[in-house]
Amino acid sequence: MVLELASNMGRVPEAPDLAESPLSIRGLTVTYGQKPAVFSVDMTVEPGKMTAIIGPNGAGKSTTLKAALGIVPHVSGQVQVFGKPIDTQRARIAYVPQRASVDWDFPTRVIDVVLMGVYRELGLLGRLRGRHKAKAMDCLNRVGMREFAERQIGQLSGGQQQRVFLARALAQDADLYLLDEPFAGVDAATEKAIISVLKSLRAEGKTVVVVHHDLATVTDYFENVFLINTRKVAEGPVTQAFTAETLQTAYGGRLATAQVDQLAQAVG
Amino acid sequence: MVYEALTLQLGYNATLVAIGATLLGISAGVTGTFLFLRKRALVSDAVSHATLPGVCLAFLLMAALGGDGRDLIGLLLGSALSAGIGLWCLNWLTRNTRLAEDAAIGAVLSVFFGFGVVLLTVIQTLGIGKQAGLEGFLLGSTAGMLWEDAVIIAGGGMATLMLILLLRRPMILVAFDAEYAAAQGISVSRVDMMMMGLVMAVTVVGLKIVGLILIVALLIIPAVTARFWTERSEYVVLLAGLSGGLAAYLGAALSATAPNLPTGPIIVLMSFALFALSLFFAPNRGVLAAVMRHIRFQRRVHLRQGLLALAQSQPIYEKLTLRLLRRAGFVRPDGVATEAGRARAAKALRDEKRWEIVRADQTHEAAAALYDGLREIETVMTKDQIAEIDRRIGAPSEVLA
Repeated sequence: MVLELASNMGRVPEAPDLAESPLSIRGLTVTYGQKPAVFSVDMTVEPGKMTAIIGPNGAGKSTTLKAALGIVPHVSGQVQVFGKPIDTQRARIAYVPQRASVDWDFPTRVIDVVLMGVYRELGLLGRLRGRHKAKAMDCLNRVGMREFAERQIGQLSGGQQQRVFLARALAQDADLYLLDEPFAGVDAATEKAIISVLKSLRAEGKTVVVVHHDLATVTDYFENVFLINTRKVAEGPVTQAFTAETLQTAYGGRLATAQVDQLAQAVG
Repeated sequence: MVYEALTLQLGYNATLVAIGATLLGISAGVTGTFLFLRKRALVSDAVSHATLPGVCLAFLLMAALGGDGRDLIGLLLGSALSAGIGLWCLNWLTRNTRLAEDAAIGAVLSVFFGFGVVLLTVIQTLGIGKQAGLEGFLLGSTAGMLWEDAVIIAGGGMATLMLILLLRRPMILVAFDAEYAAAQGISVSRVDMMMMGLVMAVTVVGLKIVGLILIVALLIIPAVTARFWTERSEYVVLLAGLSGGLAAYLGAALSATAPNLPTGPIIVLMSFALFALSLFFAPNRGVLAAVMRHIRFQRRVHLRQGLLALAQSQPIYEKLTLRLLRRAGFVRPDGVATEAGRARAAKALRDEKRWEIVRADQTHEAAAALYDGLREIETVMTKDQIAEIDRRIGAPSEVLA
C-alpha cells in the first residue's frame, strides 16, 4: 500500500499529445482529514465533447472537479487547462456549482446573478453597460428564463434556479464548461432545456464536463464518460468505458446486478 | 431643545460629535452589510472585544516611554494590532480545529476582553497620571472629543468607503457563491480577510464614539434593517449606509440635549428604533405584511372550502367560513345559499373537476404544477382549453342549475 502510494504520487505527467486537452489532471489526491476522497486520479478531457463524470455517492465526483478548480485544496496533483496552468486560463472556464451550495434568500435578482458572469470581464471598477445587460438577457433567453429577469431568486423553483446558474456560466463566454450535478432534483422541462443548451455549446466546439448521477441517461446525453470511485475506474467513449464491468467496478455491490445488466444492454 | 440639537445649534463639541458619528454610522452600516450578507456578522463582535488589550498595552507603552498615554492615534494603532491578532486566532481556530465559528467567536471574544479588563484594572491601580478615559473605550465617550478625533473618524470612514467601492463586486460574489468565486480565480480567503480588515478599521475608528461593546450594533443593525426593504444587494448596502448614518446623527444630536446622556448607547437605541419600524411596517418582508398575507390566504381557503361544501350540500360548521360566505352574499343570514352563492359554488365544484383532468393529463404538466387548491383555472388555461376540458367532463353536473 505504502509503495503503491509512493509510486502513484511520484508519477511524472506523461503523454505530451494530451497537452491541448481542455482539462487534464495528473495524480490528483484530495483528502478530508486523513481519508482520501479522491486518490491519485488522472483525467484527460477530450476537446469538443460532452463528458460525464460518474460514480456512486461519495466517490469523489464533485470533489475532483472542485479540487481541479482550486475550490477545495488538494494534497497533490497537477491540473492543466488547454495545456497551460489553470490560473492563466480562468477566463476560459465556466463553472456551474450545485444549486444547494448557495443561500437562495440572498437579496439579488435573476438578472444580477447572470451579470456575475461578466464581473471578470468588468474588472474591479468597470461599469455595467447596456451591452452587458443585453448579453445577460440573451443568456437568460437561451435557458428559457427571460421573463424571470426581475424576479428575486428565492421565488424560483429548483429547476429554474439551475437554469439561472447555467445562464450565468453562458454569460462568461467560456470554452470549457464544468457543471456539478445540474440535473439533480430538477423538473423534466429544465432537464430538457439544459441538455439542449449543452448540446448547442458542443456544436459551437466548446467542451462540456458534467458531474452526473443518472445512469439511465448517460448514453443519450454524453459521448465520453469518466468513472470514478475514489480512484479512476474507466475513461473514454461511452461504448468502451461505460460497460457492465466498469460499472460493477465503480459501484461494487451498490448497484443491483439486474440494474447493471439492464444498463449494459442499453449500452449494447 | 431637540430642534436645536437636530439642527446642530448646541455648540462646537455637540456639532463635532454629530458629524463624526454620522460619518461613522454610514461607513459602519455599509461595511457591516457585507459581513451580514456573508453570514459572519458576529465575527465583528469578537474583533471589537479583541481591541481592548491593545488599547491598554498601547497606553502602558506610551506612558512608559514618557509620552501622553492618551494619544488617540497610538491607542487606535494598539487596538488595531490586537484586533488583528484576535482575528487571526479566530481564523486559525476555525480552520485548524474542530471548533465551529460560533464557538471560536465566543472563545476569542471572552479571552481577549477578559485580558483587556485585567489590564485596565492594573492601569487604574498603577496610578499613572491621566489614566482616566480609557474606560471610555468600552462604551464610548464623546465629552472631550477634539477636532483631530473627528478628522480621524472622517478620514477612516472615507477610506473604508473607497475600499468598499473597489471591492464590492468580489465581496458580493464571495458572499453569494463562494465556490463560483473561487472557480473564477478569486481568492475567497483573501476577500474575507479584506472584508475583516474593513470591519477592523470601522471598529477602531468607532471606539471613541460608541465604544467596543456596542460597535457591533452599528455594523449589523443597519444591514438587517435595510434587508427588510429591498431584494437587491446594492440597495441593501445603500439603505444600510443611510439608516446607519441617520441613526448615528439622531442619536448624537439627542444625546447632546441633556448632560451626561451617553452618545453610543443612544445611537444604538435610535438604530434599533429604525429596525423595529422596518420589522413591523416594511412591505413584503415586514411582520405586518406577513400577517396580512396570511389572513388573506386563510380567507381564500375558507371561502373556497365553504363554496365546495355548499355545492355538495354539506353542512358548514366553521364560524369564519359562514361569516365570509355571508359577507360575500353567498348565503343568507339563516345559512341558506343565495342565487349567487349557488352559482359560485357550482363553478367552484366544476373547477375542481377541471383541475382533476388537468392534473391527470401529461400535456398540461406546466399548468398542473401551479395547482394549489385555490388558483382560478382561468389564470392558467385559455378559454379554448377549458372548453376542451369541459367536453371531456361531459354533461353539466347536477349542481349546475
